[in-house]
Amino acid sequence: MLKDITIGQYFPGDSVIHRLDARFKIIFSIIAAVMLFTAQNFIGLGVAAVFILMCYAASGIQFRMILKSLKPIIPLIIFTGVLNLFFIKGEEILFSWQFITIYTEGAKTSAFMMTRIITLIVGMSLLTYTSSPIMLTDAIESLLSPLKKLRFPVHELAMMMMIALRFIPLLIEETDKIMMAQKARGANLDAKGLIKKAKALIPILIPLFISAFKRANELALAMECRCYRGGEGRTRLKKLKASVIDFFAFGLVLCVFGLIIMNNIVFGK
Amino acid sequence: MNAIEIKNLSYKYGVGTPFEIKAVDNISLTIHKGEFIGIIGHTGSGKSTLIQHLNGLLKPTSGEILINARNIWLKQVNIRDIRFEVGLVFQYSEHQLFEETVFKDIAFGPKNIGLSEEEIKTRVHRAALAMGVHESWLERSPFDLSGGQKRRVALAGVIAMEPQILVLDEPAAGFDPYGRDMVLKKIKEYHESSGTTILLVSHSMEDIVKYADKVIVMNKGGLFLYEETDKVFSHAGEIVEIGLDVPQITRFARLLKENGIDIGEDIYTVERAKERILELLGKAKK
Ligand SMILES: Nc1ncnc2c1ncn2[C@@H]1O[C@H](COP(=O)(O)OP(=O)(O)OP(=O)(O)O)[C@@H](O)[C@H]1O
Ligand SMILES: [Mg+2]
Repeated sequence: MLKDITIGQYFPGDSVIHRLDARFKIIFSIIAAVMLFTAQNFIGLGVAAVFILMCYAASGIQFRMILKSLKPIIPLIIFTGVLNLFFIKGEEILFSWQFITIYTEGAKTSAFMMTRIITLIVGMSLLTYTSSPIMLTDAIESLLSPLKKLRFPVHELAMMMMIALRFIPLLIEETDKIMMAQKARGANLDAKGLIKKAKALIPILIPLFISAFKRANELALAMECRCYRGGEGRTRLKKLKASVIDFFAFGLVLCVFGLIIMNNIVFGK
Repeated sequence: MNAIEIKNLSYKYGVGTPFEIKAVDNISLTIHKGEFIGIIGHTGSGKSTLIQHLNGLLKPTSGEILINARNIWLKQVNIRDIRFEVGLVFQYSEHQLFEETVFKDIAFGPKNIGLSEEEIKTRVHRAALAMGVHESWLERSPFDLSGGQKRRVALAGVIAMEPQILVLDEPAAGFDPYGRDMVLKKIKEYHESSGTTILLVSHSMEDIVKYADKVIVMNKGGLFLYEETDKVFSHAGEIVEIGLDVPQITRFARLLKENGIDIGEDIYTVERAKERILELLGKAKK
C-alpha cells in the first residue's frame, strides 16, 4: 500500500545516536563526508567504515536497513566501478582480452571508489534514520541562522520545509482513503491504455486536490488566528540543546578524523 | 441464508515495519440475509478495518471472508464483482465526490457496473429519492452543497449500485441530532423496502439500538459481544467496563435494580421502561 513508503526514513528510538543534538549530527555527517574524501588508502577507509558501523550498532537500527539505503544508488556504484576499472591506465596489466585491458591500478581504484561511495551513503543514511524530519529542519534553521543577518529568510524556508514534510504523510493517507472509496464504487484503477489510465485518475485527483487546498487554507487561517508573524521573537517548544554527550561525540569524531589524517601521512597512497 | 461469514479474521497494518499493529484480532461471525446489524466500539477498535474486508479492499492477514457462501479471495472470484455485491460507504464519504454534477456522481457506481443509460437513470433517481437527495440538486455541482447534503449524495452514490449488502461507516457522523435521525431513518426505510442486509457502524449506542436487530461490540480489535439488541444490555456492566456508553434509560433501569426494583435487563427505550414500570405499579396495587 502507498503508506508503506517511509518518507524521511525516520526510525524512532531512544539510543545514544537518537539522543544526539541534530545540529551536531549534521556537522558529524559533513565531517564524515570530508573524512571519506581525505582518506587516501584502504586502511583509512576501513577505519571510517568500522566507525560508521559502530555508530549503527549503537543506534539499534536493523542491519538490513543499511542494504535498503544502498538500493537506490546501485546503478551509480556499478557505473563508478566500471568506469574506473576500464579507463584507468597503469603499468601492471592484470587482465587482457582483445581490446580490453585491465590494470592493477584500475582494479584498485575501482574497488576504492566503490567502497567510498557505499560508506558515504550508509553514513549519511544514519542521519535520516535517527533524526525526525522536524528535528532536522530545526537543526538546519539553527545552523543557517547566521545568514539571517544577510536578510536571507531562513525561518520561512525552514517553516515551509516543515509544513511540506508534515503534509506528505497526510496526503498519502488521504490518497489511500480516496482510492479505497472509489474502488468501493467499482472504479477500475488498473485500466489498460494511456487515456483510460488518465481517466481512471480523475476520481482520485479531484478530491485529493480539493482536500489539499482546503487543508492549506485551514492551516493558513489557523496560523493567522494564533498570530503567527514569522520567526522574529519566536520561542520553541523543543529547544535544541547541546549536552556533554554531544561534545564527547564531537571529540570522538575528531579523533577518528585525526587517525585517518595520520594514516595518510604514515602510509601515503 | 448467510450473507456474510467471517472466519478467524486477523489483520495487521504495517507488517514488517516498526509500526506493525494488529487492528483486527481473530474475529469469527455470521450475518444472515436481510439483517440490520449495528457495529459499535471505541475509536481505534478496528471497526473500519473490519468492514473494509467485506468487499475485498483489505486482504486478511489470516482468516477467510465468505460473501453469499463464496470465499472472496479464491482465484476464480473477480474482486470487482464483490464490490458491487457489497456496497461500502466510507467515513466522511462526502470527500469522495468528484463529478461535475450530482447526477453524474451518483451515476459513477452504476456506470462502472456497465448498466444501460436507461437503467442508470432510473437507479440514480431511485437512490436520490431513498436518501432524500432533492431532484433540483441533481444538475448542480456537488461542491455547492452543504456538508450534510454532500453526505446524502455520497450515500446515494453507493445505494445506486443496489448492492445486496450495504455497509455504512458512521453515515451520520458530524450531523446535528435532527440530521442524524433523518439520515438513519432514511437508511432504515431503505432497509425495510429493499430487504438489503445492512451493517451500520456508529459511535452512538442509542442510534444503534434504535435501528439494529443485532449488535456487534468491538474492543481492541477483538469481537467483544455479538448479541440480539434485546439481550445486549444484560451485559451492560461489561459494556460500561470497556468504556462504552449505554443509553441513559438503561443506566436508570440498572440503578432501579440495584435498589431492589427489577424492571428487566432489556430496557433501552423510554417507552419500554414506562410500560414495565406501569406494569409493576399495577401489580403492586393488586
Ligand atoms: N491505514 C492504516 N495504517 C496503519 N494503521 C492503521 C491504519 N488504519 C487504521 N490503523 C490502526 O488500526 C487500528 C484500528 O483502526 P480503525 O480505523 O479500524 O478503527 P475504528 O474502530 O474504525 O476507529 P474510529 O471509530 O475512530 O473510526 C487503530 O489502532 C489505527 O491506528
Ligand atoms: Mg473508523
